[in-house]
Amino acid sequence: MSAHIRSKEEIAARVKALESMLIDKGIMTTQAIDRMVEIYENEVGPQLGARVVAKAWADPEFKARLLHDASEACAELGISGLQGEDMVVVEDTPEVHNVIVCTLCSCYPWPVLGLPPNWYKDPQYRAAITREPRKVLSEAFSYDLPTDVEVRVWDSSSEMRYWVLPQRPAGTEGWSEEQLYELVTRDSMIGVGTTKSAEDVA
Amino acid sequence: MNGVFDLAGTDGIGPVVVPESEPVFRSEWEKAVFPMFAMCFRAGFFGVDEFRHGIELIDPVVYLTSPYYEHWVHTVEHYGEKRGVLDLEELDRRTAYYLANPDAPLPEHADDPELLAFVDAVVKAGATAKRESEAPAAFAVGDLVRVERDAPQGHTRRARYVRGAVGEIVMAHGVFIYPDTAGNGLGEAPEHVYTVKFTAQELWGSGADQPRDSVYFDVWEPYIELVERKGEAAA
Repeated sequence: MSAHIRSKEEIAARVKALESMLIDKGIMTTQAIDRMVEIYENEVGPQLGARVVAKAWADPEFKARLLHDASEACAELGISGLQGEDMVVVEDTPEVHNVIVCTLCSCYPWPVLGLPPNWYKDPQYRAAITREPRKVLSEAFSYDLPTDVEVRVWDSSSEMRYWVLPQRPAGTEGWSEEQLYELVTRDSMIGVGTTKSAEDVA
Repeated sequence: MNGVFDLAGTDGIGPVVVPESEPVFRSEWEKAVFPMFAMCFRAGFFGVDEFRHGIELIDPVVYLTSPYYEHWVHTVEHYGEKRGVLDLEELDRRTAYYLANPDAPLPEHADDPELLAFVDAVVKAGATAKRESEAPAAFAVGDLVRVERDAPQGHTRRARYVRGAVGEIVMAHGVFIYPDTAGNGLGEAPEHVYTVKFTAQELWGSGADQPRDSVYFDVWEPYIELVERKGEAAA
C-alpha cells in the first residue's frame, strides 16, 4: 500500500492540473464542463422520477408499462439517458419493501434521480444495507419497518438500474397527477424514506 | 480482484451519516472531475467497466478515506497514462504549480462545439451495454443456481458475499457486455444477465436481520452453475 491522504488543497490542485492537461489535449473545454455541471445541478434530478411515480399512481396502464419496461415507459415522458439505459422499477406493496444499493461502486439511476447523494456512495451504506437493512433504515433514516414486511435489497451489480415505485399514500383518492407529484420524495424512490402524507401537502 | 471496494457485509466501519441536505457538488473541484468520465470515455480512455477497475486499483486506505470524486481522478490518471495521453511527471509539475498558485488560470483554449453537442447528446441517449445476440440463454426464471467460487484477479462483478451462495433466478434481462473481459481490456464478449434472489439466511446465516429478507443480485451467465432446473426450460 502507498497511501497518501491528500488535503483539500492538494486535491483541488491535482484536479486543476489534470483539467489543464485534458484541456491542452482537446479532451475537455471549460464550456463543456460548465454545461455538464448545469445539466446535473438544474435539469436532471429526482423531480423527474417524481413525475414518473405520480403518473404511475394516476394511470394504471402507464404503471403496467413502467413495471414491464421502465426505460421505455420513462421515454414516453422524455426521460432517458446516461446510467438509465436499462432501468427496472420495483413496486412497494403492503407486504414488500424495496431498497437499492450498489455495493461494488456507486450505480444509481441518474435520469430519474440525478446524481447520488454522498451517503449512497459512502462505504458505510454499501457495507451495511445488504446485511442489516432494517437497522440502517431505522438508525440512519428513522424509517422503522414492521417485522411482517419483507425487505428486498437490490444490489445494482450489472448495468440494470433499479429504483422503487413507492406505495401511493392513503387519503389521495381522486387527486390529480400534479397533486400526487408533490408527495413523492427522492428517498422513497431509493427505498430509504417514506413519501409525504396527504396531510403533509394539504 | 478481492478488494476493499467490495463492501457488502463489511462490519466495523461506522454508522451511515446522512446530512439534512447537500449540494449536488460539494466543492468546485468536484465540478471539474464529474465531466471527466464522459469526456475521457469519448477520448477513448476507457469503457465503464475499465473505469470502475481503475477505481478498484486505488490504495485501499485512500479508497476508504478520500472523497468520492477523488476516486475518479485516480482512474482518469491511470488510463490517461496507459493510453499514452497523460505524462504523470508533467501532471506532478502542474499540481505543484497550482498548489503554489491556486488562483492561476487554466490554459487559454477555444470552445469546441462538437464536444458541447456530445455532452447534450450522451446525457440524453446514454450508452447502453445491452447487445443484440442470438445466443440461447442457459438458464430460465425459476432455476436454482449457485454463484461459482472463482476469485479472479482482475475486474469482476462477482462480489465476495454471493460466491458459493444458492439463489433463484427471478429475472432474465438479455445479453450485455461482460465486465470480466471488458473491464480487463479483453473486449465485450457479451453474456446473458440474470437477477438472482438470495435469502438473507443464505447470505448471512444467523447474522441476518430477518431470515426471510432477501438480496437481489445481477449475475452474468459464466458466474453461475445450475443447482436445480425449475424454470420454464424444465419441461
